[in-house]
Amino acid sequence: MSMPRRRVSTSAPRSGRRSARSAERWDLRLYVAGQTPRSLAAFANLKQLCESHLAGKYHIEVIDLVKNPQLARGDQIVAIPTLVRRLPPPLSKIIGDLSNTERVLVGLQLRARQ
Amino acid sequence: MAKTQHTPRSAIRGLPKCPTGIQGLDEITGGGLPRGRPTLVCGAAGSGKTLLALEFLVRGATDYHEPGVFMAFEETADELAKNVASLGFDLPALIRRKQLYIDYVHVERSEIEETGEYDLEGLFIRLGHAIDSIGAKRVVLDAVESLFAALPNMLVLRAELRRLFRWLKDKGVTVIMTAEQGSGTLTRHDLEEYVSDCVVRLDHRVADQVSTRRLRIVKYRGSVHGTNEYPFLINERGFLVLPITSLGLQHPASTERISTGIARLDTMLGGRGYFRGSTVLVSGTAGTGKTSLAAYFADAACRRGERGLYFAFEESMDQITRNMRSIGLNLQPWLDKGRLQFHASRPTLGLEQHLATMDKMIDTFRPHVVVIDPITNFVSVGEVTAAKSMLMRLVDALKLRQITTLCTSLTSADGALEHTPVGISSLMDTWLLLRDLELNGERNRGLYILKSRGMAHSNQIREVLLTDHGIELVDVDLGPGGVLTGSARLAQAAHERDEGAARQQEVGRKQRDLERKRAALEAQIAVLRAEYKREAEGVQDSVAELQQREQRTQLDRAEMTRQRKADKAPAVRRAPRVHAKGGRQ
Repeated sequence: MSMPRRRVSTSAPRSGRRSARSAERWDLRLYVAGQTPRSLAAFANLKQLCESHLAGKYHIEVIDLVKNPQLARGDQIVAIPTLVRRLPPPLSKIIGDLSNTERVLVGLQLRARQ
Repeated sequence: MAKTQHTPRSAIRGLPKCPTGIQGLDEITGGGLPRGRPTLVCGAAGSGKTLLALEFLVRGATDYHEPGVFMAFEETADELAKNVASLGFDLPALIRRKQLYIDYVHVERSEIEETGEYDLEGLFIRLGHAIDSIGAKRVVLDAVESLFAALPNMLVLRAELRRLFRWLKDKGVTVIMTAEQGSGTLTRHDLEEYVSDCVVRLDHRVADQVSTRRLRIVKYRGSVHGTNEYPFLINERGFLVLPITSLGLQHPASTERISTGIARLDTMLGGRGYFRGSTVLVSGTAGTGKTSLAAYFADAACRRGERGLYFAFEESMDQITRNMRSIGLNLQPWLDKGRLQFHASRPTLGLEQHLATMDKMIDTFRPHVVVIDPITNFVSVGEVTAAKSMLMRLVDALKLRQITTLCTSLTSADGALEHTPVGISSLMDTWLLLRDLELNGERNRGLYILKSRGMAHSNQIREVLLTDHGIELVDVDLGPGGVLTGSARLAQAAHERDEGAARQQEVGRKQRDLERKRAALEAQIAVLRAEYKREAEGVQDSVAELQQREQRTQLDRAEMTRQRKADKAPAVRRAPRVHAKGGRQ
């Protein structure tokens, strides 16, 4: 399985329902460093999770820091991989290969912390 | 000045060093931190770790053309810039010139959820990007331990830190990592285990209500280093580790001579004054004219067109200039022209602070002569040993810059005159001693040269007169009772004057006597002459009378002969006329 270069968006075209549903639009950013097995796993886990929980309203941006190292500063990336939930607020970060689905859902605040 | 100094220690080691450019630190580390390796700087909060690290980068960028990356885990770039702006570090400018790169790494624990495996490649990438973007040779990781609070997995963190330092070594950058001190350990999270080459520990303690910062090289693998605790300061120019200079005796010795400002004193010092770059001590009891000597010395420098720096620890600038005016010395023109600068302060601060202030002023003003009036006051601040070591460093620093220094020292009246309180006389090249000479109920000032290295100097005591037209040194009189000064000297002089006058009178009288005698004799001669003249005239008269009488007699006799028709008589030959007459007959 390969990872898309930059953007994966499964959301419907933005025009139309944008104003009504902007609060539910999920803007996610996944920071990786090269196509390492861990990065690929993280992307696969994320994709799967979004499809099952956020189908149609999520937008994933994958940033490869090996190619764009200057982008690491903006979101204060230290650990790799890091998933940043940019929208909806509040901003949150989930680090790791996202293999623990329960904790990713908690991190994305899609599930209450137990 | 410390930057260009190389101690012999660094030369004999093969380990390449990275000069920090921090005053004093390069001396005690023998040239700097281990190049291409990490150094741990640890210490309690507020001990100056961040500043040391930051100055390492700033000096590296400005003095050694080695750009640096500052990875801040606690403070933002803005905060850092503001904090050090007062030290003259213009971080934004350095960043613009690509000599510095500050990356603020902030990990908010509450924002982070850990799900599965991860590493800190993001940190590596950021650091790598920062290093590559400006070609950095130096890297600082400031307060890296805050990652321990931010990241939940210690094992990952430790493994990654180990990898990070290995990676940095491979990059060949010189690294400073700062870390907070732990209880009983060097660092709270045992970070010293990652950094095995060099460990510097900073300390900040308060003793006797005086706070002192200290620095110690705990460890420096492969290098000789100073093992003591060294005091350090954070002053207006940044970090300053004392000693500023290592106590090396490598200063050049000038043969140039400069005036003391007092002609007669120059004469006493082989006719030409002090050596340039030498250190002069003027010691004496209170009120013996130490400050006046110092002021004249400064004035002489200004007259030569040089710059003088006057550290006054007992009087204000105004007070000194006013007092000097009273002895005919106007320092105001030099102050106006900027040739003379005063720094008057009470020595209430710590010794190191003082030394640092003085060092800074000397560095910025670049004086040719320096006056420290008095050095005795340093003893009131610290211990004697500390004061001595500080003065030693100061003297060395001054000599190294070929600055002629005059220090005054107050000796207590009851102590030995030659006892300088800090025992610093051995540091001094020339030692002038001013002392009270008490005699006949008055007190006068005497000056003599106790020593003056490398020049012939007078062994005579001179009396110092502070007149309204300057300092005068006059010979003292050696009367029958010893050295005479002041009014005793004047009395002696008056006495001698009287005696002289009396002798003069005597001579005059004798001369007049002689004159009189001559006149009398001449009068006698005149009388005798007159007498002789009279007598001579008398004799002539009688001679003439006798001759007339003889003539008459002859005539008479001839008449008689003619009448008697007497024949020729041979006896008549005595009267030729008569004979002739007779012959005709």
